[in-house]
Amino acid sequence: MPTVSVKRDLLFQALGRTYTDEEFDELCFEFGLELDEITSEKQIISKEQGNVKAEGASDVVLYKVDVPANRYDLLCLEGLARGLQVFKERIKAPVYKRVMPKGEIQKLIITEETAKVRPFAVAAVLRNIKFTKDRYDSFIELQEKLHQNICRKRALVAIGTHDLDTLSGPFTFTAKRPSDIKFKPLNKTKEYTACELMNIYKTDNHLKHYLHIIENKPLYPVIYDSNGVVLSMPPIINGNHSKITVNTRNIFIECTGTDFTKAKIVLDIIVTMFSEYCENQFTVEAAEVVSPNGKSSTFPELAYRKEMVRADLINKKVGIRESPANLAKLLTRMCLKSEVIGDGNQIEVEIPPTRADVIHACDIVEDAAIAYGYNNIQMTLPKTYTIANQFPLNKLTELLRLDMAAAGFTEALTFALCSQEDIADKLGLDISETKAVHISNPKTAEFQVARTTLLPGLLKTIAANRKMPLPLKLFEISDIVVKDSSKDVGAKNYRHLCAVYYNKNPGFEIIHGLLDRIMQLLDVPPSEEKGGYVIKASTGSAFFPGRCAEIFARGQSIGKLGVLHPDVITKFELTMPCSSLEINIEPFL
Amino acid sequence: MSACLFRDTYLHPLLKVRSQFRQIFLEMGFTEMPMDNFIENSWNVDGLFQPQQHPACDQHDAFFLKDPAEALQLPMDYVQRVKWTHSQGSYGSQGYKYTWKLEEARKNLLRTHSTAASARTLYSLAQKKPFTPAKYFSIDRVFRNETLDATHLAEFHQIEGVIASHGLTLGHLMGVLREFFTKLGITQLLFKPAYNPYTQPSMEVFSYHQSLKKWVEVGSSEVFRPEMLLPMGLPKNVSVIAWGLSLERPTMIKYGINNIRELVGNKVNTQMVYDSPVCSLDIEPRSPQTQEAA
Repeated sequence: MPTVSVKRDLLFQALGRTYTDEEFDELCFEFGLELDEITSEKQIISKEQGNVKAEGASDVVLYKVDVPANRYDLLCLEGLARGLQVFKERIKAPVYKRVMPKGEIQKLIITEETAKVRPFAVAAVLRNIKFTKDRYDSFIELQEKLHQNICRKRALVAIGTHDLDTLSGPFTFTAKRPSDIKFKPLNKTKEYTACELMNIYKTDNHLKHYLHIIENKPLYPVIYDSNGVVLSMPPIINGNHSKITVNTRNIFIECTGTDFTKAKIVLDIIVTMFSEYCENQFTVEAAEVVSPNGKSSTFPELAYRKEMVRADLINKKVGIRESPANLAKLLTRMCLKSEVIGDGNQIEVEIPPTRADVIHACDIVEDAAIAYGYNNIQMTLPKTYTIANQFPLNKLTELLRLDMAAAGFTEALTFALCSQEDIADKLGLDISETKAVHISNPKTAEFQVARTTLLPGLLKTIAANRKMPLPLKLFEISDIVVKDSSKDVGAKNYRHLCAVYYNKNPGFEIIHGLLDRIMQLLDVPPSEEKGGYVIKASTGSAFFPGRCAEIFARGQSIGKLGVLHPDVITKFELTMPCSSLEINIEPFL
Repeated sequence: MSACLFRDTYLHPLLKVRSQFRQIFLEMGFTEMPMDNFIENSWNVDGLFQPQQHPACDQHDAFFLKDPAEALQLPMDYVQRVKWTHSQGSYGSQGYKYTWKLEEARKNLLRTHSTAASARTLYSLAQKKPFTPAKYFSIDRVFRNETLDATHLAEFHQIEGVIASHGLTLGHLMGVLREFFTKLGITQLLFKPAYNPYTQPSMEVFSYHQSLKKWVEVGSSEVFRPEMLLPMGLPKNVSVIAWGLSLERPTMIKYGINNIRELVGNKVNTQMVYDSPVCSLDIEPRSPQTQEAA
């Protein structure tokens, strides 16, 4: 969930009133936000770096608000305040307009070289904007939030904002060889080539994460103005020349990327949020973007979409009985301006450019429910009559668990993921013999494979409980995983039962007795005949030679039992003898 | 006279709680879903209408598989419908309007939530004509490749309940939740709007914790999006409501355990297993100074 940090008093100023912390918490809850933390810059630094470093830092109260991942219009103070004000019916949602400039329109020309590295770009102008330090900080912060969120860490879209008064259009978005790109990047004092910059930023904690997006491409994206000044090298860094300051009055915004839809959404969000501070409030000056094939398009789109929803549909889906007029009012409070039309049952909903998250009627239904107040909805029960059924394998497992405990064993619960060693080397096997499923991105060795046997987990549990009085008798009935090409995903779970006995003597007769008891419970007689079970002497790399047997039942081998080999004992850091039993219980369904 | 200590014959507390939850669902008429596949593929995530490359993916960092790396078979006609829904929009939706990639969907992973398995069950339900309403539940393991701490492990158990029927409302979902949580001894509930890519509306469920004296989240609930249900072949007037919670959290609260490693995995102290009382979920939890499991 993205978190937005806002200065409490600034927020209250924008909201036109103050709240106690509890009142604001309740308001957030109602709207679908969460007041995650109340803190200050001083407290944050204190927590991270100690009280000494925090000396002199700001005491101003900060609210950290969690917003839903799809609400790009709530990622800054401006959007939050606006959304809440409309929700509380203190203001009407603004109407955002794209206007043509008095003079020449700003042009961004895309050349065909960008196609292989970063094909899409959109642009717009914020004219006669007035920043204060807080507004400026908010502007920069919103770009960062969007970068992390919808832009997927700049890979899909990157935003560049520039002081238009320091530049001269038309602008060209092209791609060049890194050695051919040279400019003074943001906050640096001299010019560097793109190759040099890639090296410099390798150690920059902020920018190093984005280098991979273009690093290995033959051509890097770059935007120039008509005088050859570099605006930016997306998605890495802007040029210093067009840097925005608190005094900037006219802003040229460009969004480049690999996802056209998201680039348009991102541009719409930035301009709708900050056009509040333009002289002509909530208007955005158009910019023209020319594609490599010569086609011209005007941005930002700022599209208002209309969708028709039936009032009774909303009532039915939520479980309320509101009049169409009331429903239209509820939706308008969520920035979805609505009115009743036609036969009185239809509601025409206008979806603004700030609500790109609304893509289906069900999104409109949810907003109506939020405005109504989830906790005001009457709770009822569905008239659906069903008879319950247990999953047969789980039913069998539950029955066996109880009887295993009754037989004197204690239940363990171990991890399904483990190291390769655990299921192979430590049991005297080669990993290729195990048909194990391998994980491609384990953070540590503990997550290399999915277990193919329950034994290692139980032995590790014993190792962690060496100080407990002997004997230790553990069992587990749970899933193992093996590769299986007959399944659509190529792997399958099997339900195994595993028991271990750890004591001064190996207790093979106890484990054998346990097996007999389990077979008795499963109603499987000891017999060579069909439906019975037999034990045949066998070998196994994990077992002591001559003390291992294989169990056959229902026409197949279901597992082994025996005394564990001393090598296995040592490799699992145990010191006493141990015997074990492991069977697949699925044939007994 | 001194008493003899009983040492063996103990059941694991988490699994005792699991048995209790199973009971509750069976009492409410819910059928248990097959969960016997830890390995899922990304396709199952896309089928849920979670977009590839969405920020919501960050919430569930997955363990991807090296071997087998990709799904061997996909139901191609269903795949086509899902692709269309994501990229162009259909079934009344604008869709996400991006290029949906089949190679992304083929990737295998360890399931990150039980909804992937529920989707399989719903898909099977959708193939049976005529449609009959159904109630399903599951309690099983899921896997997240996240940073580990006192309350987070790579593996944990999710509890999920699903109802598929005609004309279900948000009020029905809240009503069912009230019955479910009453069986757990929780009667005061508050619902908060939340976001999930494949559900709309979505709600977080909060209950009032007497000892901590605050509202704590006890689960999440939702109505599945038509973009997820219609490509499966479910009839247009069928809605599906669902809710879920973790198994570990209520167990840790019930048994007064602060660190999840003391409950699950090899390092569990078997003395803890010996010491845990009978599990009846509607009895007040044991220790008032329990730290809130985040």
